[in-house]
Amino acid sequence: MDAHNPAAVVIDRLVKRYKAATAVDGISFSLPAGSITGLLGGNGAGKTTTIAMIMGLVMPTSGSVRVLGATMPKERYRVLQRMNFESPYVDMPTRLTVRQNLSVFAQIYGVADIDGRIAQLAADLDLVEFLDRPNGKLSAGQKTRVSLAKSLLNKPEVLLLDEPTASLDPDTADWVRSRLEDYRVSQRATILLASHNMTEVERLCERVIIMKRGRIEDDDTPARLLSRYGRQTLEDVFLDVARGRQREAAQ
Amino acid sequence: MNGALEISPARVAAMVRRYWYLLRSSWPRLLDLIYWPTVQMLMWGFLQLYVAQNASFFAKAGGVFIGSVLLWDILFRGQLGFSISFLEEMWSRNLANIMMSPLRPVEFLCALMIMSVVRLSIGMVPVSLLAIAFFGFNLWGLGLALAAFFANLILTSWAIGIFVAGLLLRNGLGAESMAWTIMFLFLPLTCVYYPVEVLPDFLQVIAWALPPTYVFEGMRALVIDHVFRADLMLQSLALNVVLFAAASIAFLKLLQSARVQGSLLQTGE
Repeated sequence: MDAHNPAAVVIDRLVKRYKAATAVDGISFSLPAGSITGLLGGNGAGKTTTIAMIMGLVMPTSGSVRVLGATMPKERYRVLQRMNFESPYVDMPTRLTVRQNLSVFAQIYGVADIDGRIAQLAADLDLVEFLDRPNGKLSAGQKTRVSLAKSLLNKPEVLLLDEPTASLDPDTADWVRSRLEDYRVSQRATILLASHNMTEVERLCERVIIMKRGRIEDDDTPARLLSRYGRQTLEDVFLDVARGRQREAAQ
Repeated sequence: MNGALEISPARVAAMVRRYWYLLRSSWPRLLDLIYWPTVQMLMWGFLQLYVAQNASFFAKAGGVFIGSVLLWDILFRGQLGFSISFLEEMWSRNLANIMMSPLRPVEFLCALMIMSVVRLSIGMVPVSLLAIAFFGFNLWGLGLALAAFFANLILTSWAIGIFVAGLLLRNGLGAESMAWTIMFLFLPLTCVYYPVEVLPDFLQVIAWALPPTYVFEGMRALVIDHVFRADLMLQSLALNVVLFAAASIAFLKLLQSARVQGSLLQTGE
């Protein structure tokens, strides 16, 4: 951990067991403030459970999670106002308009100038024409942008994104990635991004953590992973890991 | 849990606003609040008219059935208003957004309690006016007694609503039917339409352990004997304090269990 760049998130020997299954099996990592890290893994690798434990939604079986100095979930109310998340698996009320939804969440997060912040996000994420439309009348891509707007309402210092560009066409997805990059740079935010989209991870992330069956299989920069596995793309690296080809063999 | 018991009026207001937006955007939801209480009141009102023509007791105790049905609706609709607002979060897959936000559980519950009163008012005010028009029964004429009845019934309905919300958090929508049916367990046991003495002895013990029983007995004392039984209201309040505390503890335990089991991530069936 860099003394000048303290970790925003510190995970230490984190375990989550459900009756017969182990969803997360003793993982440790830390995210320096202002960094952007990709969390890769197949279905059931433990990404969503890890994010849920960082947010304090799920109680670890053992190990610890600290976010901005607070132990989760015990001290979550000290820091939840400084965090946010976005996931395509969570929706917002469909009968409320985009403006109503955003304004409710802005008030919950204690945003000072609610109208101003909504107007700014609507402009940034190209939502102006949808603001007074019910959430249920939006396309999947538009809903994703609204969820992203919700996740940025409180200018979070720690932002957790679960497949942020799922359901978006390539052009919009690329545009959203640019907004995320801008946001990270301008706010010096710490971002953890779970994704199946290797292009996205390659483009956005300065570090990649690959999970498999609840464990961390690898953790490095995209360039070093490519070099170590002797591959041209992260997708090939991911397939090597997913299909059990050993790193040593790949080397 | 640092700060878990802090209450921010702004966050409570945000949630109330969220439910109000939903309610006013949907006329079927509004109609549903009025429709069934009206049907119930009319059915019991006409039954009372018929029985009164054939039995001198009911001729003397005019309004006892309508009073019962209106007070029962406060109890039932109060809990339903609480639970439906909670269920709206699960139906719209918004619960994780709420649970990962700075909104404290106590603020969430406060918003649900406020909405239960709002929803109840939308349904009960027109129905109580119809009771005056059709049967000459003026619920509002009960005055301070009505306030005591209302306070005790709404406290019970919130306590049951809080417990059901905990079950839903822990078990997902698989427990949804509890929200709709749990209060019917109280219907025979709290002696809504008949005096407690009608029950067998062992059931009378159970009936007197339930706060609404005292309210329905108190309502009959007022309508039939024209006596306000403050002692019954105080006993009901004491039991409500115990019930409310027990329900709140159960909610927090079930929420904790939901965090351990990961069921806040999977709120489906």
